[in-house]
Amino acid sequence: MIGLFNAVLRRELRLAAAAKTEWLMPLFFYVIVVTLFGLGAKPNDPQLAEFAPAILWVGALLAALLTLERLFRTDYEDGTLEQIFLGTQPVTLVVAAKLSAHWLLTGLPLALLAAPLSAALGFSSAAIPALVAGLALGTPVLTLIGGFASALTVGLPRAGVLLPLLVLPLVTPIVIFGAGAARVAQSGLDASAPLYFLAAILVLGLTLLPWATAAALRNAFE
Amino acid sequence: MWTWFHRLASPPTFYRLADRFAPWFGIAAAGLLGYGIVGGLFFAPADYQQSDAFRIIYIHVPAAALSLSIYMLMATAGAVAVIWRIKLAECVLVSAAPVGASFTALALVTGMLWGKPMWGAYWVWDARLTAELILLFLYVGVIGLNQAIEDPRAAARACGLLALIGVINVPIVHYSVEWWNSLHQGSTILKMGKPNMNAEMARPLYACLLGVYFFMGYVLLRRTQNELLLRESGTAWVKERLESSNV
Amino acid sequence: MSSNFLNMSGYAVYVWGSYGFAAAVFAWNLIAPRLRRRQILKELSTTE
Repeated sequence: MIGLFNAVLRRELRLAAAAKTEWLMPLFFYVIVVTLFGLGAKPNDPQLAEFAPAILWVGALLAALLTLERLFRTDYEDGTLEQIFLGTQPVTLVVAAKLSAHWLLTGLPLALLAAPLSAALGFSSAAIPALVAGLALGTPVLTLIGGFASALTVGLPRAGVLLPLLVLPLVTPIVIFGAGAARVAQSGLDASAPLYFLAAILVLGLTLLPWATAAALRNAFE
Repeated sequence: MWTWFHRLASPPTFYRLADRFAPWFGIAAAGLLGYGIVGGLFFAPADYQQSDAFRIIYIHVPAAALSLSIYMLMATAGAVAVIWRIKLAECVLVSAAPVGASFTALALVTGMLWGKPMWGAYWVWDARLTAELILLFLYVGVIGLNQAIEDPRAAARACGLLALIGVINVPIVHYSVEWWNSLHQGSTILKMGKPNMNAEMARPLYACLLGVYFFMGYVLLRRTQNELLLRESGTAWVKERLESSNV
Repeated sequence: MSSNFLNMSGYAVYVWGSYGFAAAVFAWNLIAPRLRRRQILKELSTTE
């Protein structure tokens, strides 16, 4: 089982390495969005630091949405997905591996990138650990939910518009707790409570969503 | 017991039963809602704190309750559709979404119109209101997904999965007033023991609550019939009904 | 008495706004399935 997981993971990472620019897009997007907020606000506005948690979280969310569609679409279009279903491998495991690759390529870099970017918004550097920890816990959930929504819409020609509509209602708790953690840390208080909530949501997502995503993919073939 | 279930799930049987029961649901709804609204607008005494503004309760609470119940029904139908692939469940699931969305919108709008005079604000970002708004987005997502996928059976099953994942929001809406500091009032009716409301105010509310569920039943029966007609249009039983012009 | 009924102690906009929107929602839920049924029957009979 672990062998299969690693094999799929390595395949995804190698494919991504061959198409590097696509995977760098979310990171550039994140930098641009955060910079725009900084530019659009008053210079050295103290209120910008107060909004920074929200900006950093929503920016990461929107950036992560960019690579969601291609999670399954390319494999669907060239028939690889069908082969996976026809084979004897447990589909849920393959799905889990693909989602892990997506997080390693998109979610994790975004979480780490938030640290230097937060300085651009005047975010207090003492609160950076809470910000990054929150994003590190929240971005996998984004990948899981986004993967699920992407699987639901995999065969559709114009899924691009529908995908955010499906993803955003489901990720609201993550934004609420994640930005909340960053905000609490900025006031100098202990951010563990929202971080624990994020961890709980992550565990719940890990339990349910790979299975649901596999079921959604199977649905596209029948 | 399972044979009864299977027989009920047979489209022509369900269609026939729906034709038989729907008018009664409609009459019950009309009677209960009539009694409730008249009682609520005319006969219930004005609240000493909220004066006549409290009368919004006769719309807001039934609408909110229905928004949650319809989602549970939709998610249950979704589970049945995904696991056992029963056509009737697919039809119920797809029919429930727009009805649920309309009542969620009604709960939100009446809530805003009640919040403005009482709290001074049309909207606050507290747990219950936010979760109910998310519920509306979930319903709209189900409607959008159903329309986007061409094959009706695959579409319904995809929506079933989506509804199932979103169902976690329903207990959040319901328990949010207990779990978090909320501006929204806590549970009055479902509390153990006697509810805190004056009987003359409470009776029309119970009538509206029950009436609105009968209304939901009526609407869902009719909409499910429509979905069955569409999906089973090639079958003998539908053709027979069309010919006898007894649809 | 009747003037307060319309006025709702000053809360007329909120109360009647709510009941008005409710009337619209109930009406839509009643009418839309009926219209859809008629449309379906028309489609089914013309494809015969």
